[in-house]
Amino acid sequence: MRKAFVQSMLDIADQDERVLLLTADLGFMVLEPFRDRFPNRFFNVGVSEQNMISLATGLALQGFIPFVYSIATFAVLREYEFIRNGPIAHKLPVRIVGVGTGVDYAYDGLTHYALEDIALMRTLSSLRIIATADSAQTISALQSTWQLPGPTYYRLSKNDLLSVPKLQGRFTYQEIELLRTGKDCVLLTTGSVSQDVYSAVEKLARQGVDCALAIISTIAPFDTRQLLYLLSGYKHVFTFEPHLPTGGVGSLVAEVIADNNLKCTLTRTGITYHPGDYLGTQALIHERNGLDVNGIISTVKKSLS
Amino acid sequence: MRNKDLSTKKFAQEMRSLILDASFRTKVGHIGSCLSIVDILAVLYTQILSIKKLDDPNRDRFILSKGHAALALYSALYLKNILSQTEFDSFHTGLSRIAVHPEYGVPGVELATGSLGQGIGVAVGLALANSLRKSKSKVFALISDAELNEGSVWEAIMFCAHYKLPITVIIDCDGQQGFGYTKEVLSLEPLEEKWKTFGWSVTRVDGHNQKKLLEAIDKPKKYPYVIIADTILGKGVSFMERKVDWHYMPMTPDQYTQAKKELHA
Repeated sequence: MRKAFVQSMLDIADQDERVLLLTADLGFMVLEPFRDRFPNRFFNVGVSEQNMISLATGLALQGFIPFVYSIATFAVLREYEFIRNGPIAHKLPVRIVGVGTGVDYAYDGLTHYALEDIALMRTLSSLRIIATADSAQTISALQSTWQLPGPTYYRLSKNDLLSVPKLQGRFTYQEIELLRTGKDCVLLTTGSVSQDVYSAVEKLARQGVDCALAIISTIAPFDTRQLLYLLSGYKHVFTFEPHLPTGGVGSLVAEVIADNNLKCTLTRTGITYHPGDYLGTQALIHERNGLDVNGIISTVKKSLS
Repeated sequence: MRNKDLSTKKFAQEMRSLILDASFRTKVGHIGSCLSIVDILAVLYTQILSIKKLDDPNRDRFILSKGHAALALYSALYLKNILSQTEFDSFHTGLSRIAVHPEYGVPGVELATGSLGQGIGVAVGLALANSLRKSKSKVFALISDAELNEGSVWEAIMFCAHYKLPITVIIDCDGQQGFGYTKEVLSLEPLEEKWKTFGWSVTRVDGHNQKKLLEAIDKPKKYPYVIIADTILGKGVSFMERKVDWHYMPMTPDQYTQAKKELHA
Protein backbone atom coordinates (compact mmCIF):
# COMPACT_ATOMS: atom_id res chain seq x y z
CA MET A 1 0.00 0.00 0.00
CA ARG A 2 3.08 2.22 -0.02
CA LYS A 3 2.57 3.27 -3.62
CA ALA A 4 -1.08 4.03 -2.91
CA PHE A 5 0.04 6.11 0.05
CA VAL A 6 2.53 8.22 -1.86
CA GLN A 7 0.13 8.71 -4.78
CA SER A 8 -2.52 9.92 -2.35
CA MET A 9 -0.02 12.22 -0.70
CA LEU A 10 0.66 13.94 -4.00
CA ASP A 11 -3.05 14.73 -4.34
CA ILE A 12 -3.44 15.77 -0.73
CA ALA A 13 -0.39 18.02 -0.80
CA ASP A 14 -1.70 19.60 -3.98
CA GLN A 15 -4.93 20.44 -2.20
CA ASP A 16 -3.43 21.95 0.95
CA GLU A 17 -0.05 23.56 1.35
CA ARG A 18 -0.09 22.94 5.09
CA VAL A 19 0.57 19.25 4.38
CA LEU A 20 4.16 18.14 4.99
CA LEU A 21 5.82 14.72 4.84
CA LEU A 22 8.51 13.65 7.30
CA THR A 23 10.34 10.36 7.27
CA ALA A 24 12.86 8.86 9.64
CA ASP A 25 15.05 7.77 6.71
CA LEU A 26 12.66 5.06 5.52
CA GLY A 27 10.66 4.84 2.32
CA PHE A 28 13.56 4.55 -0.13
CA MET A 29 12.11 3.89 -3.62
CA VAL A 30 8.69 4.87 -2.26
CA LEU A 31 8.63 8.50 -1.17
CA GLU A 32 10.73 9.97 -3.99
CA PRO A 33 7.74 11.16 -6.04
CA PHE A 34 6.67 13.36 -3.13
CA ARG A 35 10.21 14.55 -2.44
CA ASP A 36 10.71 15.45 -6.08
CA ARG A 37 7.39 17.26 -6.44
CA PHE A 38 7.44 19.05 -3.06
CA PRO A 39 11.12 19.34 -2.11
CA ASN A 40 10.42 22.09 0.43
CA ARG A 41 7.68 20.11 2.13
CA PHE A 42 9.61 16.87 2.50
CA PHE A 43 11.96 16.29 5.42
CA ASN A 44 14.12 13.27 5.98
CA VAL A 45 14.83 13.82 9.68
CA GLY A 46 17.39 11.04 9.82
CA VAL A 47 17.07 7.88 11.85
CA SER A 48 15.34 9.61 14.75
CA GLU A 49 11.73 8.61 15.21
CA GLN A 50 11.29 10.34 18.56
CA ASN A 51 12.49 13.63 17.16
CA MET A 52 10.27 13.17 14.13
CA ILE A 53 7.19 13.18 16.37
CA SER A 54 8.48 16.15 18.35
CA LEU A 55 9.10 18.09 15.14
CA ALA A 56 5.63 17.17 13.88
CA THR A 57 4.17 18.35 17.18
CA GLY A 58 5.88 21.72 16.81
CA LEU A 59 4.83 22.00 13.17
CA ALA A 60 1.22 21.13 13.99
CA LEU A 61 1.20 23.67 16.83
CA GLN A 62 1.97 26.24 14.12
CA GLY A 63 -0.86 25.10 11.87
CA PHE A 64 0.79 22.54 9.60
CA ILE A 65 -0.53 19.03 8.93
CA PRO A 66 2.54 16.81 9.17
CA PHE A 67 2.53 13.19 8.03
CA VAL A 68 5.29 11.15 9.66
CA TYR A 69 6.34 7.96 7.94
CA SER A 70 8.13 4.92 9.26
CA ILE A 71 7.94 1.16 9.58
CA ALA A 72 4.87 0.58 11.74
CA THR A 73 6.59 -0.89 14.75
CA PHE A 74 9.15 1.96 14.85
CA ALA A 75 6.43 4.54 14.26
CA VAL A 76 4.49 3.29 17.25
CA LEU A 77 6.72 1.51 19.74
CA ARG A 78 9.73 3.82 19.55
CA GLU A 79 7.62 6.95 19.40
CA TYR A 80 4.88 5.94 21.78
CA GLU A 81 5.47 8.33 24.67
CA PHE A 82 6.25 11.16 22.28
CA ILE A 83 2.94 10.54 20.53
CA ARG A 84 1.07 10.53 23.82
CA ASN A 85 2.67 13.68 25.20
CA GLY A 86 2.72 15.48 21.85
CA PRO A 87 -0.13 15.10 19.34
CA ILE A 88 -2.47 13.31 21.75
CA ALA A 89 -1.96 15.60 24.74
CA HIS A 90 -2.30 18.68 22.51
CA LYS A 91 -5.04 17.40 20.15
CA LEU A 92 -2.92 18.06 17.07
CA PRO A 93 -3.46 16.89 13.47
CA VAL A 94 -0.31 14.80 13.22
CA ARG A 95 -0.68 11.82 10.88
CA ILE A 96 1.41 8.81 11.88
CA VAL A 97 1.89 6.45 8.97
CA GLY A 98 3.09 2.99 9.93
CA VAL A 99 4.02 0.69 7.08
CA GLY A 100 4.54 -3.04 7.39
CA THR A 101 1.77 -4.62 9.45
CA GLY A 102 1.92 -7.93 11.28
CA VAL A 103 4.75 -9.96 9.79
CA ASP A 104 4.99 -8.13 6.45
CA TYR A 105 8.74 -7.92 7.00
CA ALA A 106 8.98 -11.70 7.20
CA TYR A 107 12.68 -12.65 7.27
CA ASP A 108 13.65 -9.22 8.66
CA GLY A 109 12.55 -10.62 11.98
CA LEU A 110 10.81 -9.58 15.16
CA THR A 111 12.34 -6.09 15.34
CA HIS A 112 10.41 -5.29 12.16
CA TYR A 113 7.09 -6.93 13.01
CA ALA A 114 4.12 -4.76 13.98
CA LEU A 115 2.19 -7.03 16.29
CA GLU A 116 1.37 -4.74 19.22
CA ASP A 117 0.66 -1.42 17.52
CA ILE A 118 -3.15 -1.59 17.47
CA ALA A 119 -3.19 -2.60 21.13
CA LEU A 120 -1.00 0.33 22.09
CA MET A 121 -2.67 2.90 19.88
CA ARG A 122 -6.17 1.88 20.97
CA THR A 123 -5.36 3.02 24.49
CA LEU A 124 -4.49 6.55 23.38
CA SER A 125 -7.41 8.82 23.96
CA SER A 126 -8.88 10.42 20.84
CA LEU A 127 -6.42 8.83 18.42
CA ARG A 128 -8.05 7.86 15.14
CA ILE A 129 -6.84 4.46 13.88
CA ILE A 130 -7.31 3.56 10.24
CA ALA A 131 -6.16 0.12 9.03
CA THR A 132 -6.78 -0.46 5.36
CA ALA A 133 -7.38 -3.76 3.60
CA ASP A 134 -5.84 -3.06 0.20
CA SER A 135 -4.33 -0.37 -1.98
CA ALA A 136 -7.59 0.96 -3.38
CA GLN A 137 -9.07 1.32 0.09
CA THR A 138 -5.89 3.07 1.25
CA ILE A 139 -6.46 5.77 -1.35
CA SER A 140 -10.11 6.22 -0.33
CA ALA A 141 -9.28 6.23 3.37
CA LEU A 142 -6.56 8.83 3.02
CA GLN A 143 -8.66 11.05 0.82
CA SER A 144 -11.59 11.01 3.20
CA THR A 145 -9.74 11.37 6.49
CA TRP A 146 -6.54 13.40 6.03
CA GLN A 147 -8.23 16.69 6.81
CA LEU A 148 -10.08 15.57 9.97
CA PRO A 149 -9.09 17.35 13.19
CA GLY A 150 -6.86 15.67 15.76
CA PRO A 151 -4.27 12.91 15.37
CA THR A 152 -4.54 9.83 13.15
CA TYR A 153 -2.62 6.56 12.88
CA TYR A 154 -2.65 4.96 9.44
CA ARG A 155 -1.74 1.27 9.56
CA LEU A 156 -0.68 0.22 6.09
CA SER A 157 0.62 -3.06 4.76
CA LYS A 158 3.75 -2.84 2.64
CA ASN A 159 2.16 -5.13 0.07
CA ASP A 160 1.15 -3.04 -2.95
CA LEU A 161 -0.67 -5.92 -4.65
CA LEU A 162 -3.41 -6.58 -2.14
CA SER A 163 -6.89 -6.34 -3.57
CA VAL A 164 -10.03 -7.51 -1.80
CA PRO A 165 -12.73 -8.53 -4.29
CA LYS A 166 -16.04 -6.72 -3.89
CA LEU A 167 -14.50 -4.10 -1.61
CA GLN A 168 -13.74 -1.99 -4.67
CA GLY A 169 -11.84 0.57 -2.69
CA ARG A 170 -14.79 1.54 -0.55
CA PHE A 171 -14.03 3.32 2.70
CA THR A 172 -16.51 5.20 4.82
CA TYR A 173 -15.09 6.66 8.00
CA GLN A 174 -16.31 4.78 11.08
CA GLU A 175 -18.31 2.30 9.03
CA ILE A 176 -17.81 -1.43 8.81
CA GLU A 177 -17.67 -2.68 5.23
CA LEU A 178 -20.00 -5.65 4.88
CA LEU A 179 -18.76 -7.73 1.93
CA ARG A 180 -21.00 -10.72 2.28
CA THR A 181 -24.07 -11.76 4.22
CA GLY A 182 -24.40 -15.31 5.54
CA LYS A 183 -26.52 -17.25 7.98
CA ASP A 184 -24.04 -19.52 9.77
CA CYS A 185 -21.52 -17.12 11.33
CA VAL A 186 -19.81 -13.80 10.92
CA LEU A 187 -16.14 -13.22 10.17
CA LEU A 188 -14.54 -9.87 11.00
CA THR A 189 -11.16 -8.91 9.67
CA THR A 190 -8.84 -5.99 9.13
CA GLY A 191 -5.81 -5.03 7.09
CA SER A 192 -3.59 -7.24 5.01
CA VAL A 193 -5.28 -10.57 5.79
CA SER A 194 -8.64 -9.39 4.45
CA GLN A 195 -7.94 -10.73 0.97
CA ASP A 196 -7.28 -14.24 2.30
CA VAL A 197 -10.27 -14.12 4.62
CA TYR A 198 -12.40 -13.23 1.61
CA SER A 199 -11.02 -16.22 -0.32
CA ALA A 200 -11.69 -18.49 2.65
CA VAL A 201 -15.28 -17.30 2.91
CA GLU A 202 -15.84 -17.98 -0.79
CA LYS A 203 -14.45 -21.50 -0.42
CA LEU A 204 -16.51 -22.11 2.70
CA ALA A 205 -19.61 -21.11 0.76
CA ARG A 206 -18.80 -23.71 -1.88
CA GLN A 207 -18.51 -26.24 0.95
CA GLY A 208 -21.91 -25.30 2.29
CA VAL A 209 -20.84 -22.96 5.09
CA ASP A 210 -22.55 -19.62 4.72
CA CYS A 211 -20.49 -16.88 6.39
CA ALA A 212 -21.02 -13.16 6.64
CA LEU A 213 -17.85 -11.14 6.16
CA ALA A 214 -17.10 -7.60 7.23
CA ILE A 215 -13.95 -5.50 7.24
CA ILE A 216 -13.15 -3.17 10.11
CA SER A 217 -11.02 -0.33 8.78
CA THR A 218 -11.81 2.37 11.33
CA ILE A 219 -10.57 0.77 14.53
CA ALA A 220 -10.90 3.96 16.54
CA PRO A 221 -13.11 5.77 17.23
CA PHE A 222 -15.25 2.69 16.88
CA ASP A 223 -18.97 2.77 16.18
CA THR A 224 -20.26 0.04 18.46
CA ARG A 225 -23.88 0.30 17.34
CA GLN A 226 -23.06 -0.85 13.85
CA LEU A 227 -21.24 -3.94 15.11
CA LEU A 228 -24.07 -4.75 17.49
CA TYR A 229 -26.50 -4.66 14.60
CA LEU A 230 -24.23 -6.88 12.52
CA LEU A 231 -23.68 -9.44 15.28
CA SER A 232 -27.32 -9.74 16.29
CA GLY A 233 -28.65 -13.19 15.61
CA TYR A 234 -25.27 -14.91 15.20
CA LYS A 235 -24.03 -17.57 17.57
CA HIS A 236 -20.47 -17.62 16.23
CA VAL A 237 -18.14 -14.69 15.58
CA PHE A 238 -14.58 -14.95 14.28
CA THR A 239 -11.85 -12.35 14.05
CA PHE A 240 -8.73 -12.60 11.89
CA GLU A 241 -6.02 -9.96 12.04
CA PRO A 242 -2.31 -9.39 11.35
CA HIS A 243 -1.60 -8.51 14.98
CA LEU A 244 -1.27 -10.27 18.31
CA PRO A 245 -4.53 -11.97 19.26
CA THR A 246 -4.53 -9.64 22.29
CA GLY A 247 -5.35 -5.96 22.17
CA GLY A 248 -6.32 -5.65 18.52
CA VAL A 249 -9.54 -6.05 16.60
CA GLY A 250 -10.29 -9.39 18.31
CA SER A 251 -10.14 -7.69 21.68
CA LEU A 252 -12.23 -4.81 20.40
CA VAL A 253 -14.95 -7.24 19.34
CA ALA A 254 -14.64 -9.13 22.63
CA GLU A 255 -15.22 -5.88 24.52
CA VAL A 256 -18.34 -5.12 22.50
CA ILE A 257 -19.68 -8.64 23.09
CA ALA A 258 -18.95 -8.52 26.83
CA ASP A 259 -20.15 -4.96 27.37
CA ASN A 260 -23.45 -5.74 25.67
CA ASN A 261 -23.94 -9.20 27.09
CA LEU A 262 -24.25 -10.81 23.66
CA LYS A 263 -24.88 -14.53 23.55
CA CYS A 264 -22.29 -15.60 21.02
CA THR A 265 -18.93 -17.31 21.00
CA LEU A 266 -15.90 -15.45 19.75
CA THR A 267 -12.84 -17.08 18.20
CA ARG A 268 -9.89 -14.74 17.76
CA THR A 269 -7.02 -15.49 15.40
CA GLY A 270 -3.90 -13.38 15.23
CA ILE A 271 -0.16 -13.88 15.16
CA THR A 272 1.61 -15.20 18.20
CA TYR A 273 5.33 -14.93 18.10
CA HIS A 274 7.79 -16.77 20.31
CA PRO A 275 11.25 -15.15 20.23
CA GLY A 276 13.87 -17.50 18.93
CA ASP A 277 11.31 -19.87 17.50
CA TYR A 278 11.36 -19.32 13.76
CA LEU A 279 11.43 -16.81 10.93
CA GLY A 280 9.81 -17.30 7.58
CA THR A 281 7.92 -15.79 4.72
CA GLN A 282 4.74 -14.00 5.60
CA ALA A 283 2.80 -16.91 4.07
CA LEU A 284 4.58 -19.47 6.24
CA ILE A 285 4.09 -17.48 9.43
CA HIS A 286 0.43 -16.89 8.57
CA GLU A 287 0.04 -20.61 7.95
CA ARG A 288 1.64 -21.43 11.30
CA ASN A 289 -0.84 -19.08 12.99
CA GLY A 290 -3.95 -20.19 11.10
CA LEU A 291 -4.14 -16.98 9.08
CA ASP A 292 -3.80 -18.59 5.65
CA VAL A 293 -6.87 -19.53 3.61
CA ASN A 294 -6.85 -23.17 4.73
CA GLY A 295 -6.26 -22.20 8.35
CA ILE A 296 -9.15 -19.79 8.31
CA ILE A 297 -11.44 -22.43 6.79
CA SER A 298 -10.33 -24.97 9.34
CA THR A 299 -10.88 -22.62 12.30
CA VAL A 300 -14.40 -21.78 11.16
CA LYS A 301 -15.38 -25.37 10.44
CA LYS A 302 -13.96 -26.61 13.72
CA SER A 303 -15.91 -24.06 15.75
CA LEU A 304 -19.15 -24.66 13.89
CA SER A 305 -19.03 -28.42 14.09
CA MET B 1 1.86 42.31 43.33
CA ARG B 2 1.13 42.48 39.64
CA ASN B 3 2.23 45.34 37.53
CA LYS B 4 3.07 45.36 33.86
CA ASP B 5 5.99 47.68 34.46
CA LEU B 6 7.93 45.67 37.00
CA SER B 7 11.69 45.93 36.49
CA THR B 8 13.46 42.69 35.70
CA LYS B 9 15.03 42.72 39.13
CA LYS B 10 11.73 43.29 40.91
CA PHE B 11 10.00 40.73 38.66
CA ALA B 12 12.56 38.12 39.72
CA GLN B 13 12.14 39.00 43.39
CA GLU B 14 8.37 38.65 43.10
CA MET B 15 8.76 35.34 41.29
CA ARG B 16 10.94 33.95 44.06
CA SER B 17 8.46 35.06 46.67
CA LEU B 18 5.54 33.50 44.80
CA ILE B 19 7.45 30.23 44.35
CA LEU B 20 8.22 29.99 48.05
CA ASP B 21 4.65 30.85 49.08
CA ALA B 22 3.00 28.36 46.74
CA SER B 23 5.52 25.60 47.48
CA PHE B 24 5.12 26.02 51.21
CA ARG B 25 1.34 26.25 51.06
CA THR B 26 1.08 23.02 49.07
CA LYS B 27 4.16 21.22 50.43
CA VAL B 28 5.47 20.73 46.92
CA GLY B 29 9.13 20.22 46.07
CA HIS B 30 11.19 21.17 43.02
CA ILE B 31 11.81 24.51 44.76
CA GLY B 32 15.52 24.49 43.95
CA SER B 33 14.87 23.84 40.26
CA CYS B 34 12.35 26.68 40.14
CA LEU B 35 14.62 29.18 41.88
CA SER B 36 17.55 28.41 39.59
CA ILE B 37 15.69 29.62 36.48
CA VAL B 38 14.03 32.70 37.95
CA ASP B 39 16.49 35.23 36.51
CA ILE B 40 16.33 33.62 33.05
CA LEU B 41 12.54 33.75 33.02
CA ALA B 42 12.51 37.29 34.41
CA VAL B 43 14.72 38.50 31.56
CA LEU B 44 12.68 36.62 28.95
CA TYR B 45 9.27 37.75 30.19
CA THR B 46 10.16 41.38 30.96
CA GLN B 47 12.52 42.19 28.11
CA ILE B 48 12.49 39.66 25.31
CA LEU B 49 9.27 37.82 24.57
CA SER B 50 6.72 39.58 22.40
CA ILE B 51 3.30 38.06 23.12
CA LYS B 52 0.64 40.57 22.13
CA LYS B 53 -2.12 37.97 22.20
CA LEU B 54 -1.93 34.36 23.30
CA ASP B 55 -3.35 33.14 19.99
CA ASP B 56 -1.31 35.47 17.79
CA PRO B 57 0.34 33.16 15.25
CA ASN B 58 3.32 35.48 15.16
CA ARG B 59 3.90 35.57 18.90
CA ASP B 60 7.27 34.59 20.31
CA ARG B 61 7.15 31.16 21.88
CA PHE B 62 8.82 29.87 24.99
CA ILE B 63 8.91 26.19 25.91
CA LEU B 64 9.87 25.08 29.37
CA SER B 65 11.36 21.73 28.47
CA LYS B 66 12.36 21.11 32.11
CA GLY B 67 8.71 20.89 33.07
CA HIS B 68 9.34 20.21 36.76
CA ALA B 69 9.96 23.95 37.20
CA ALA B 70 6.39 24.80 36.16
CA LEU B 71 5.81 26.87 39.28
CA ALA B 72 8.50 29.29 38.10
CA LEU B 73 6.75 29.57 34.73
CA TYR B 74 3.35 30.01 36.37
CA SER B 75 4.77 32.74 38.61
CA ALA B 76 6.03 34.61 35.54
CA LEU B 77 2.74 34.14 33.70
CA TYR B 78 0.88 35.41 36.75
CA LEU B 79 3.07 38.49 37.02
CA LYS B 80 2.47 39.13 33.31
CA ASN B 81 -1.30 39.00 33.92
CA ILE B 82 -1.55 35.98 31.63
CA LEU B 83 -2.66 33.75 34.50
CA SER B 84 -5.49 35.00 36.70
CA GLN B 85 -5.18 35.32 40.44
CA THR B 86 -7.78 32.58 40.89
CA GLU B 87 -5.97 30.23 38.57
CA PHE B 88 -2.58 30.89 40.13
CA ASP B 89 -4.00 30.40 43.62
CA SER B 90 -5.37 27.02 42.57
CA PHE B 91 -1.81 25.67 42.23
CA HIS B 92 -1.75 22.03 43.33
CA THR B 93 -5.10 22.42 45.09
CA GLY B 94 -8.26 20.39 44.50
CA LEU B 95 -9.00 19.79 40.83
CA SER B 96 -6.67 22.26 39.18
CA ARG B 97 -4.89 22.61 35.87
CA ILE B 98 -2.05 24.37 37.61
CA ALA B 99 0.27 21.87 39.23
CA VAL B 100 3.78 20.46 39.24
CA HIS B 101 4.32 20.28 35.46
CA PRO B 102 2.94 22.55 32.71
CA GLU B 103 -0.39 21.29 31.41
CA TYR B 104 -2.19 21.64 28.10
CA GLY B 105 -4.76 24.40 28.06
CA VAL B 106 -3.24 26.63 30.73
CA PRO B 107 -3.01 30.19 29.35
CA GLY B 108 0.55 30.96 28.28
CA VAL B 109 1.70 27.33 28.30
CA GLU B 110 2.91 26.52 24.79
CA LEU B 111 3.59 22.86 25.53
CA ALA B 112 2.73 20.43 28.28
CA THR B 113 6.07 19.08 29.47
CA GLY B 114 7.33 16.93 32.30
CA SER B 115 8.83 14.01 30.44
CA LEU B 116 12.35 15.27 29.82
CA GLY B 117 13.78 15.25 26.32
CA GLN B 118 10.71 16.18 24.30
CA GLY B 119 10.36 19.94 24.71
CA ILE B 120 13.45 20.85 22.75
CA GLY B 121 12.38 18.73 19.77
CA VAL B 122 8.98 20.42 19.70
CA ALA B 123 10.70 23.82 19.94
CA VAL B 124 12.82 22.85 16.93
CA GLY B 125 9.57 21.95 15.15
CA LEU B 126 8.23 25.42 15.98
CA ALA B 127 11.41 26.95 14.58
CA LEU B 128 11.09 24.85 11.42
CA ALA B 129 7.52 26.09 11.07
CA ASN B 130 8.69 29.70 11.47
CA SER B 131 11.27 29.10 8.81
CA LEU B 132 8.66 27.61 6.42
CA ARG B 133 6.22 30.44 7.16
CA LYS B 134 9.00 33.02 6.84
CA SER B 135 7.92 34.35 10.23
CA LYS B 136 10.33 36.46 12.25
CA SER B 137 8.85 35.36 15.58
CA LYS B 138 11.30 33.87 18.00
CA VAL B 139 11.46 30.46 19.64
CA PHE B 140 13.11 29.80 23.00
CA ALA B 141 13.47 26.53 24.85
CA LEU B 142 14.79 26.19 28.37
CA ILE B 143 16.22 22.78 29.13
CA SER B 144 17.96 21.42 32.18
CA ASP B 145 21.54 20.25 32.08
CA ALA B 146 20.58 16.75 33.21
CA GLU B 147 18.01 16.67 30.42
CA LEU B 148 20.98 16.31 28.12
CA ASN B 149 21.16 12.71 29.35
CA GLU B 150 18.19 12.05 27.05
CA GLY B 151 19.18 10.79 23.61
CA SER B 152 16.20 12.49 21.98
CA VAL B 153 17.73 15.88 22.86
CA TRP B 154 20.70 15.10 20.65
CA GLU B 155 18.40 14.05 17.81
CA ALA B 156 16.84 17.51 17.98
CA ILE B 157 20.23 19.20 18.25
CA MET B 158 21.49 17.46 15.11
CA PHE B 159 18.37 18.20 13.09
CA CYS B 160 18.36 21.85 14.10
CA ALA B 161 21.99 22.36 13.15
CA HIS B 162 21.51 20.61 9.82
CA TYR B 163 18.75 23.05 8.86
CA LYS B 164 20.32 26.03 10.68
CA LEU B 165 17.00 26.88 12.28
CA PRO B 166 16.35 30.12 14.17
CA ILE B 167 16.08 29.05 17.78
CA THR B 168 17.67 29.95 21.09
CA VAL B 169 18.09 27.14 23.57
CA ILE B 170 19.01 28.03 27.14
CA ILE B 171 20.51 25.39 29.40
CA ASP B 172 19.82 25.76 33.09
CA CYS B 173 23.22 24.48 34.12
CA ASP B 174 23.01 24.06 37.87
CA GLY B 175 25.14 20.92 37.88
CA GLN B 176 22.63 18.91 39.84
CA GLN B 177 20.01 16.25 39.23
CA GLY B 178 17.80 13.83 41.14
CA PHE B 179 20.44 11.71 42.84
CA GLY B 180 23.31 14.17 43.02
CA TYR B 181 25.74 16.24 41.01
CA THR B 182 25.69 15.80 37.24
CA LYS B 183 29.44 15.25 37.23
CA GLU B 184 28.88 12.25 39.49
CA VAL B 185 25.73 10.85 37.87
CA LEU B 186 26.61 11.29 34.20
CA SER B 187 29.31 13.71 33.11
CA LEU B 188 28.19 16.47 30.75
CA GLU B 189 31.29 18.60 30.32
CA PRO B 190 32.82 19.91 28.18
CA LEU B 191 29.41 21.27 27.23
CA GLU B 192 30.54 24.19 25.08
CA GLU B 193 32.69 21.95 22.93
CA LYS B 194 29.94 19.39 22.57
CA TRP B 195 27.42 21.92 21.26
CA LYS B 196 30.00 23.59 19.01
CA THR B 197 30.92 20.22 17.55
CA PHE B 198 27.24 19.66 16.83
CA GLY B 199 27.13 22.89 14.83
CA TRP B 200 25.64 25.38 17.29
CA SER B 201 26.97 28.78 18.26
CA VAL B 202 27.53 28.86 22.00
CA THR B 203 27.64 31.48 24.74
CA ARG B 204 28.25 30.75 28.39
CA VAL B 205 27.00 33.22 31.00
CA ASP B 206 26.25 33.60 34.67
CA GLY B 207 22.60 32.55 34.80
CA HIS B 208 21.85 34.98 37.59
CA ASN B 209 23.47 38.08 36.11
CA GLN B 210 20.43 39.64 34.47
CA LYS B 211 22.45 42.16 32.47
CA LYS B 212 24.71 39.49 31.00
CA LEU B 213 21.73 37.20 30.37
CA LEU B 214 19.93 39.98 28.51
CA GLU B 215 22.97 40.66 26.34
CA ALA B 216 23.34 36.97 25.58
CA ILE B 217 19.66 36.40 24.78
CA ASP B 218 19.11 39.64 22.91
CA LYS B 219 22.06 39.23 20.57
CA PRO B 220 22.21 35.71 19.24
CA LYS B 221 25.54 35.03 17.59
CA LYS B 222 24.35 32.76 14.82
CA TYR B 223 21.52 30.24 14.66
CA PRO B 224 21.03 27.72 16.05
CA TYR B 225 22.17 29.29 19.26
CA VAL B 226 22.62 27.90 22.74
CA ILE B 227 23.22 29.79 25.95
CA ILE B 228 24.77 27.75 28.70
CA ALA B 229 23.54 29.58 31.78
CA ASP B 230 25.50 28.63 34.86
CA THR B 231 22.99 28.69 37.65
CA ILE B 232 22.73 27.80 41.30
CA LEU B 233 20.08 25.35 42.45
CA GLY B 234 17.93 27.15 45.03
CA LYS B 235 19.36 30.58 44.14
CA GLY B 236 18.33 33.28 46.63
CA VAL B 237 17.84 31.08 49.68
CA SER B 238 21.18 30.41 51.37
CA PHE B 239 20.36 27.06 52.91
CA MET B 240 19.01 25.73 49.60
CA GLU B 241 21.81 26.88 47.34
CA ARG B 242 23.68 24.03 45.68
CA LYS B 243 22.06 21.47 48.00
CA VAL B 244 20.79 18.43 46.11
CA ASP B 245 18.00 17.88 48.67
CA TRP B 246 16.16 20.89 47.30
CA HIS B 247 15.60 19.19 43.99
CA TYR B 248 12.70 17.36 45.67
CA MET B 249 12.20 18.47 49.29
CA PRO B 250 9.40 20.74 50.53
CA MET B 251 10.00 23.33 53.32
CA THR B 252 9.27 23.12 57.03
CA PRO B 253 7.58 26.20 58.59
CA ASP B 254 10.91 27.37 60.06
CA GLN B 255 12.65 26.98 56.71
CA TYR B 256 9.89 28.92 54.99
CA THR B 257 10.17 31.79 57.48
CA GLN B 258 13.94 31.86 57.07
CA ALA B 259 13.71 31.73 53.28
CA LYS B 260 11.22 34.58 53.08
CA LYS B 261 13.34 36.65 55.45
CA GLU B 262 16.34 36.22 53.16
CA LEU B 263 14.39 37.29 50.09
CA HIS B 264 13.35 40.52 51.74
CA ALA B 265 16.73 41.25 53.28
